[in-house]
Amino acid sequence: MAVSIAFEGIARQMQTTAAIEDKTPTDVVALFLTVAGIAVLALLGTAFTDDPAFRFHGYIMTALAVLALSAMTIGVSNDAFRSDQSKYADGVIRAGVIATMFWGVIGMAVGVFIAAQLSWPNQLYFPEAGWLNFGRLRPLHTSGVVFAFGGNALICTSFWVVQRTTKARLAGGVWPWFVFWGYQAFIVLAATGYVAGITQSREYAEPEWYVDLWLTIVWVAYLLVFLGTLWKRREPHIYVANWFYLAFIITIAVLHLVNNAAVPVGLLEARSYSAFAGVQDALTQWWYGHNAVGFFLTAGFLGMMYYFVPKRVERPVYSYRLSIVHFWSLIFIYIWAGPHHLHFTALPQWAQTLGMTFSIMLWMPSWGGMINGLMTLSGAWDKLRTDPVVRMMVVAIAFYGMSTFEGPLMSIRTVNALSHYTDWTVGHVHSGALGWVGFISFGAVYCLVPWLWKKDRLYSNALVEWHFWIATTGILLYITAMWVSGIMEGLMWREYTPDGFLANSFIETVAAKHVENVIRTIGGLMFLTGTVIMSYNLWRTVRMPSRADASVPSSTIPPQLQPAE
Amino acid sequence: MWKKHEKFERHSLWLIIGIVVTVSIGGLIEIAPLFWVESTIEEVEGVRPYTPLELAGRDIYISEGCYNCHSQMIRPLRDEVERYGHYSLAAESMYDHPFQWGSKRTGPDLARVGGKYSNDWHRDHLINPRAVVPESNMPPYRFLAEQDLDRHAIRAKLQAMRAVGVPYTNDQIANAEADLLAQVDPYASQTSDLRRRYDARVNQGDFDGDPTRLTKLDALIAYLQVLGTMVDFRTYQAESPENLR
Repeated sequence: MAVSIAFEGIARQMQTTAAIEDKTPTDVVALFLTVAGIAVLALLGTAFTDDPAFRFHGYIMTALAVLALSAMTIGVSNDAFRSDQSKYADGVIRAGVIATMFWGVIGMAVGVFIAAQLSWPNQLYFPEAGWLNFGRLRPLHTSGVVFAFGGNALICTSFWVVQRTTKARLAGGVWPWFVFWGYQAFIVLAATGYVAGITQSREYAEPEWYVDLWLTIVWVAYLLVFLGTLWKRREPHIYVANWFYLAFIITIAVLHLVNNAAVPVGLLEARSYSAFAGVQDALTQWWYGHNAVGFFLTAGFLGMMYYFVPKRVERPVYSYRLSIVHFWSLIFIYIWAGPHHLHFTALPQWAQTLGMTFSIMLWMPSWGGMINGLMTLSGAWDKLRTDPVVRMMVVAIAFYGMSTFEGPLMSIRTVNALSHYTDWTVGHVHSGALGWVGFISFGAVYCLVPWLWKKDRLYSNALVEWHFWIATTGILLYITAMWVSGIMEGLMWREYTPDGFLANSFIETVAAKHVENVIRTIGGLMFLTGTVIMSYNLWRTVRMPSRADASVPSSTIPPQLQPAE
Repeated sequence: MWKKHEKFERHSLWLIIGIVVTVSIGGLIEIAPLFWVESTIEEVEGVRPYTPLELAGRDIYISEGCYNCHSQMIRPLRDEVERYGHYSLAAESMYDHPFQWGSKRTGPDLARVGGKYSNDWHRDHLINPRAVVPESNMPPYRFLAEQDLDRHAIRAKLQAMRAVGVPYTNDQIANAEADLLAQVDPYASQTSDLRRRYDARVNQGDFDGDPTRLTKLDALIAYLQVLGTMVDFRTYQAESPENLR
């Protein structure tokens, strides 16, 4: 469905300009040949492998490649690949917005389901269906919301922001579409792999080696499209949002390459073994894991904040100097914070102490971003009352501030002795993920949809209000339930009787969390409900009649680069 | 002074170089020394590579996502040491590619679960956890008892492990399949070389209660039963200077 929308978008742009030349563009030919090569490799791999897991993925890869080839053939025969270079490339962003909401609903629904499994194990586990077990679905949830929902939100907003702030069309012709569809293929391979038991067991980097290789190709293409657009910019300065997006793209590439270093069991085998072992492997993984938070879930979404907040409230960014200071200090300090995931483990103490120290220092640059975002509302605070989209983004920044305070607190070794291995960590992650990442993305998408589909407004502001209040209540239920259960189980584990015996068996601490597990499920369900309401609202917005005049929409005016100082 | 920042804002190449240099420093200083500072991994007796059956079981442990709920890392805290046993050493996971320390205890730590429960208990518990522990919210794994263990790549797995640094011998690799079969054969202990190749204490016998078949459950239980049992802590000097890190 999204394919046809994409092509309609391009075709619509085509109708406005006469065809410039008759030849098929060379970038389309190159892409066609690349995908054809992949199709042949996938087919051969499927035919010759002895590994049922690899064969399962081989079928999926072959099917995806054939689909892509068919779509491109239809596209070329309908002359859909020629585009007007004088206009922004928005078709790929429209597709990205749809994908963001699609994966968001799926990823969150899986989260609600696995939360319900922990609450009602007798009803929601099926002894014959191993693929529905918590262990296989949990990576589906985390990757679904982080990489599928969050990743699509980042890619599509970065494509919007980089064009508007450079006044240049996306570079690379058809390659932004390759980035989009290649990324969706990565998601499909990762997700189907988890339910089939294909995983590296590295948290937030579970996909196996061949899926990692594919993501590397897509990511390099993404970097080149982004950079290529910066290179043809018609603004002398690179706007601050683009620093954050660039840091996110580059650092994720470095993290991905190092953390996934592995030796496959065979070229036609799904399984691989990490190049590192034990303590080195643990630190490499958590260096990756924490910076997936730092650069994917923080730097990338700060880029989003630096464009959409000033744009929506029509005020310049509060402080230019603060953005410089907090950008460089944030990316410098974040990378050190990984060892706080390994307090009191077999990791040498000097590394734990370094990780703890830098995690506490990280509080300051994190709040630099929060202050710069919040204070951008100076003189426009009334919009909190009148514009629910602004309120959503401001609450996102508030949650960002809260969870970046909680994080350094939990990285202190004595606090960590209590919080580690408990639900407190889960609650902390969700205050950042639902509150910050979720709400700032929702805010950006609420801004983008009317701009992209040329509407004057959203279908219903009242529905945005409903979304906001239901989701906010859901987050609060979720994180308070996890604080209670996490601190409770941590205390129960270390509780002694007056005689000096451990007071609780492990299973007593599991049974004690039942009520909190149920409340967490309800909170998650409310957040999901909000996302479904949003999807409906956006769908109705897209179906509203378009604005009559074709004058330049206000969204093409970039935000002011220099702040009022 | 702020004018100097223009260089990064006007030239994307400088911005890229700035970002790469800034984000490289922390990782290099924290991770790289772990590969050459000798005290990172203690010197202990008894840690050996997994037998082919244990390795196959470990692969199932990974595929099923057990690490999502079970840690394998006991911290040196009083309650953990009393609940689970001696705190975990870096040496105990030095052949773990990838590590399985975990990050969450929805279920208990498994670093020293080996030998704590009988094979029968593990079988009953994995098939239906609530039959043994009524309050448990662990998923059931009956299907593992019904699926044959896929062992077509067992030799390649040992070779891949050797490629990343696990000291499997040529003898062990050449006999991977035979050793795998010998470990689940209750009558093979006298005739096979499995124990000579790995360790005299290797658990041999049927693990899942069905001696007629080699199932995934056999392999998983064989792996669980070896966890944390390799190091003889009577010989480990926790207070000796080289072990204080």
